[in-house]
Amino acid sequence: MAKVKPRVKVPRKAQAGEVVTIKTLISHPMESGQRKDRKTGELIPRKIINHFKATFEGELVFEATIEPAVSANPYFSFDMIVPDAGTLKFEWIDDDGSVYTEEKKITIV
Amino acid sequence: MDISRRTFCQLGAGAAALALAPALPAFASTDPVQEAILAFTGGAAPAEGDIELTTPEIAENGNTVPVAVSADGAVAILLLAAGNPNPGVATFTFGKLAPHRSAATRIRLAQTQDVIAVAKLESGAFTMVQRTVKVTIGGCGG
Repeated sequence: MAKVKPRVKVPRKAQAGEVVTIKTLISHPMESGQRKDRKTGELIPRKIINHFKATFEGELVFEATIEPAVSANPYFSFDMIVPDAGTLKFEWIDDDGSVYTEEKKITIV
Repeated sequence: MDISRRTFCQLGAGAAALALAPALPAFASTDPVQEAILAFTGGAAPAEGDIELTTPEIAENGNTVPVAVSADGAVAILLLAAGNPNPGVATFTFGKLAPHRSAATRIRLAQTQDVIAVAKLESGAFTMVQRTVKVTIGGCGG
């Protein structure tokens, strides 16, 4: 299986109360369960990231429930108010139960 | 007036449909798109407006179509693709730290179709918007 690698773009520094844009991407094939294997003609079983969540110091920022209609290497961007310095945690949940996580610290200038 | 068998059947079917229509509850629908919307709104019919959906007019590759959605004061936004084998695309939920209630992602579209966004507002009301996207190469092949 291709290695699942999360990538997020978060500013390292922000002013308190500033609105920043967060961009996230995770490399994942997002097998929809609709495709057929060209050689055997059998359906390739579904395997997607079905949930994504971003929390800042335990408080929810953005959450997405994902269906197979989201493209391979699912990308999400959203805005966030930086209330204070802290850690932004990202979590992706795979159909097979694996959880991929990533963390980014934001400091206040 | 001469009534042929064909017109008689059409009249009969029309009359039957008319008679049935008021008896059906408003949320009974066999359309999967309507069903998905009503499941999200809990049976309420969403109003139009107060929500923005940005899609390309023509998508060359249906495998990755960039879409952005934003609705002021939205708690959650449901995204649907009416012409896909399964209409559901994604549901976004926003926390208190999200100021603009807007998000962008990339989706798969099987064919030229309507993309629909339904937002649940803080007031409990629902709004929706619909955009047609022309797709040159579908995103569900294989």
